[in-house]
Amino acid sequence: MTEPLLSVKNLKVVFHLRRGDFTAVNGISFDIMPGEVLGVVGESGAGKSMTGTAIMGLIDRPGEVIVDEIRLKGERIDNLPEEKMRHIRGRRIAMVMQDPLTSLNPLYTVGEQLVETIRRHLPLSHDQAKKRAIELLADAGIPDPQSRIDSYPHQFSGGMRQRVVISLALAAEPEMIVADEPTSALDVSVQAQIMKVLKRLCAERGVAVMLITHDMGVIAENADRMIVMNKGEIVETGSVGDIINRPREPYTKKLIEAIPSIKTQNPRYAAAVARGEAETTAEALVEVKGLSKTFDLSPSLVSRLFGGKHRKLVHAVQDVSFAVEKGKTYGLVGESGSGKSTCARMLVGLLEPSAGEIRLEGTDIWRDRNAAAKRRSKIQMIFQDPYASLNPRWRVGAIIAEPMRALGISTNSTEIADRVADLLERVRLDPEAMRKFPHEFSGGQRQRIAIARALSSQPEFIICDEPTSALDVSVQAQVLELMRRLQDEFGLTYLLISHNLAVIRQMADSVGVLHNGVMVENGPVEQIFANPQADYTRMLLDAVPDISNVA
Amino acid sequence: MLAFIIKRLGQSVLVMLVVALISFIMFRYVGDPVASLVSQEATMADQAQLRERLGLNDPVHEQFFRFLGNAVQGQFGISYRLQTPVSELILSRLPATLELAFTSVVIALTLGILLGVFTALNPKSWASAGIMAFSLVGVSLPTFLIGIGLIYIFAVELQWLPSFGRGQVVSLGGWWRTGFLTESGLRSIILPAITLSLFQMTLIMRLVRAEMMEVLRQDYIKFARARGLSKRAINFGHALKNTLVPVITITGLQLGSVIAFAIITETVFQWPGVGSLFVNSVAVVDVPVMAAYLMFIAFVFVVINLIVDILYYIVDPRLRVGGSARGT
Amino acid sequence: MSEIVPLARKSRFARIIDSDIFYSYRRSPVAILASIVAAILILAAVLAPWISPYDPFNPRTLNLMDGFTKPMSESFAGNFFVMGADNQGRDVLSTILHGSRVSLFVGLSATLFAMTLGVGLGLVAGFRGGLTDAVIMRIADVQLSFPAILIALLIFGVARGLIPPSQQENTALMVLILAIGLSNWAQFARTVRGATMVERQKDYVSAARIMGVNPVLILIKHILPNVVGPVLVIATIGLALAIIEEATLSYLGVGVPPTQPSLGTLIRIGQQYLFSGEWWILFFPAMTLILLALSVNLLGDWLRDALNPKLR
Repeated sequence: MTEPLLSVKNLKVVFHLRRGDFTAVNGISFDIMPGEVLGVVGESGAGKSMTGTAIMGLIDRPGEVIVDEIRLKGERIDNLPEEKMRHIRGRRIAMVMQDPLTSLNPLYTVGEQLVETIRRHLPLSHDQAKKRAIELLADAGIPDPQSRIDSYPHQFSGGMRQRVVISLALAAEPEMIVADEPTSALDVSVQAQIMKVLKRLCAERGVAVMLITHDMGVIAENADRMIVMNKGEIVETGSVGDIINRPREPYTKKLIEAIPSIKTQNPRYAAAVARGEAETTAEALVEVKGLSKTFDLSPSLVSRLFGGKHRKLVHAVQDVSFAVEKGKTYGLVGESGSGKSTCARMLVGLLEPSAGEIRLEGTDIWRDRNAAAKRRSKIQMIFQDPYASLNPRWRVGAIIAEPMRALGISTNSTEIADRVADLLERVRLDPEAMRKFPHEFSGGQRQRIAIARALSSQPEFIICDEPTSALDVSVQAQVLELMRRLQDEFGLTYLLISHNLAVIRQMADSVGVLHNGVMVENGPVEQIFANPQADYTRMLLDAVPDISNVA
Repeated sequence: MLAFIIKRLGQSVLVMLVVALISFIMFRYVGDPVASLVSQEATMADQAQLRERLGLNDPVHEQFFRFLGNAVQGQFGISYRLQTPVSELILSRLPATLELAFTSVVIALTLGILLGVFTALNPKSWASAGIMAFSLVGVSLPTFLIGIGLIYIFAVELQWLPSFGRGQVVSLGGWWRTGFLTESGLRSIILPAITLSLFQMTLIMRLVRAEMMEVLRQDYIKFARARGLSKRAINFGHALKNTLVPVITITGLQLGSVIAFAIITETVFQWPGVGSLFVNSVAVVDVPVMAAYLMFIAFVFVVINLIVDILYYIVDPRLRVGGSARGT
Repeated sequence: MSEIVPLARKSRFARIIDSDIFYSYRRSPVAILASIVAAILILAAVLAPWISPYDPFNPRTLNLMDGFTKPMSESFAGNFFVMGADNQGRDVLSTILHGSRVSLFVGLSATLFAMTLGVGLGLVAGFRGGLTDAVIMRIADVQLSFPAILIALLIFGVARGLIPPSQQENTALMVLILAIGLSNWAQFARTVRGATMVERQKDYVSAARIMGVNPVLILIKHILPNVVGPVLVIATIGLALAIIEEATLSYLGVGVPPTQPSLGTLIRIGQQYLFSGEWWILFFPAMTLILLALSVNLLGDWLRDALNPKLR
């Protein structure tokens, strides 16, 4: 057996906070072999990012690192003075961070930042360093690196910026890279390309990678070995194939079970096929015809006259049509900028369409008289961020009661309190919760409160805008299960908006795929996932990292 | 760039027009311009005649345009109190104010930025705590009390420096009389300049500190550390430059206000500048001087604002270089 | 899968004791000291008519023989003065007590006025956006770039020109409050507008709009409670600024009428005797002003840090 590149023994990260010490990482040990890709997976609060930051020696006060030893090629690096550590960071262990928008200094060109890093660690002249920088950018797949090297970070798109970040990490030929959620801020299609670049570059140079992510699919497709972390401790270590196919620990089993796969058939469709009624269609509750929204983002008149700028119209949604059947779930899927949230805002009455119509049981909700009242009483919405969707100054009881009061459904306080208690029970929360404030609840619990609020006006149609994308997978599974049960209980109709194809496949009866504001494909869920017609849909389905694709 | 400057110029003109309108309203409707010009014994007929001659019976918009036209040429009428043309009054007192403002700006900027950077980089040190405490006292002390305190210590007790006035001045090319060229002039400016700079200095210092601490928390600083860059390169290359971008704006505006802020300092030290002229005018409602002073300060503000905007444009590539992102 | 929420309910008092704000208060000796000093000064000012040893504004009890009595000594007329007496034989301690009363009254009223105006305009600007926002914030920007003292002087001068001399004495305090208040609203407006724009984007506001809640109600019931934190900070610091501003105006001789001297007026009087050695006439009012402004300012500074833990 070869000597490990990096060996960590009994690493602890403790934060000294006013309410006592908080242990983020609790005594973990692991090795990374030269040239290997080690995946570190865990839900939020697992301590995976802290582990990476601790290895880099970048934990700041009030955090403290307590460790028996960290060895890099047999040499201890945990007790090095700061100045020596600076020559290890970047030179021998480099880092790629999550958000490419914020990890580059906006005031310097990418070339300046590359040359600075190269010359810090390698004995090269400015010209040599610049030549090397251009090579690095070319290697990372940036077209026309000769001229792009003088561009500023804001002139690159998110994916391109992450390529620049990877070039910067590789600038001084390190032996290892700590990649902390390197693709989590990117769209699926870009995500796949970036992972490919990172893997190729590291394989060519024999660089080991510690790949930290919450996405088991990314690990499955890219890592050799993996570590599963929970609450600061290592739950399980082993080869990726072993852990995903034959998990030993209960926590790992539960985690893997909770992950929706795009390869699994929709359970309701499967059940319907078994009953032989897969083809029945219900009447449409909501019909959307030729819906369009154009935003005028033109520069000011002066800029157009003197700056040579032109009018700029953004067609966020163009001629989108679909129908949502009563009691069913319609899934709207697309990447960022596809116009799916704009659609939701028009359906719910927050944004007026530029053209087209939205009919709720035949009533045009934007043009017909008294349509607003009907819209308000029948449509509700669940939002993505459970931290921003509840007013932090209001008690949970008042939050849930707001639609009842606003729509004049009830004015009697005891009646309202009874209704709120009932709703809280329906979403599996203690009715006592109504006296508390939102900050006393976890993300998943808050999303349940948001669901209870949406239900309180007894709507028929609920628009769910990325309802689980801010949640951990295990919590996501619970919330989706709850939504499904409430749908059966109340006969609700859902419009489910998500970027997560697996979630859509599990939840929706019909699906629409949006790309740059245009509906590229629309049909029953199994038809689209089993036999996609549009190139874009096929590309999207191929790009999704999935745990069934073990490397 | 051209479009940007034209836009900013347009806004500046608009601001000046609004201020001119306020000045005009003051000029025309606060107090009676005729009553303050004629002698006690003037008859009603005399007054009516004067009213006609001054154009006070013309339509209001005509009067406003005449006021504007005069203002552009620097004509603001005659001071009620001193019976001399306002423009002459202001011009003769301007050098004193400008020299005082310039000196205190230099002090405030240098010390403010140095101390701000120091406290941001060493937030936990005793020296920083001391500087921060001192700055709070600086903000809490009324400027006039600082002036009085300095006079008491350095002029009354120690008798090192003069307590009032500009000292000896030398005439430069006609109307500009400077105190920078004589020993007594230089000694005289020390106390007022310190007094005037103290408040701005603490503001700039606290601003630089807050901005820099914010910048030091950014991801790109963490990434720079992760690349093993030297402490020097991170603190002064990356952090300081990003700090100075927002600081330029606010600092610029603060400096513009030094001239207006000089009102208090000039009164305490009996400094013969435009500020003390203004205070004396307010006390007796000498409207032409008040209106002219308002226009003057607004002009200074607009010019500085314009310079700051252009500076900002030059420093920040996100504004300068077209922001279209390419590729995926 | 049912999640049981822990039922421990704390009393309101226990919640306050346990809150982050109170914790940071107990941990900050500066905040404790500042609040004690501020409380004593404010209490003394409020109780001035009952606790001051002499009535400094009653000409019948004044004795010119008491003039320039040194602190802690008895005058020829047999009166004892803790902080000495001024040129007219008025007890400095009593003038200070009455003077702080005027200073605090003007400072508090002006701050309340500025707060009401600024918060209202800031909410409207932030919520409406567009032209309303542009106009309000442009005015605020221009005003913020001039020192408050200049704006106050101008407003004061204009008011002087408009109000007939016979009325000036009675209206002087109102004019002063108006001038200081109008010169300080912009800071409130700018902060509230920024906070409102942040809150307006949040989904809980969208949720309320979907239900058809009236925009005015959304502003008052949803957004306003979420912007009180920063408003409180600015109000505290603004109070210190208003007190200083009032003192400055009175020092410049354009503030309160001579019949109701504030701390600034007392300092103006005292400065005349600085060169002749009667230091106490200046020193004690100046120290009171400094202590008042500094303690309120320190409280505001602490409050800002306590409400914004990111900065520590």
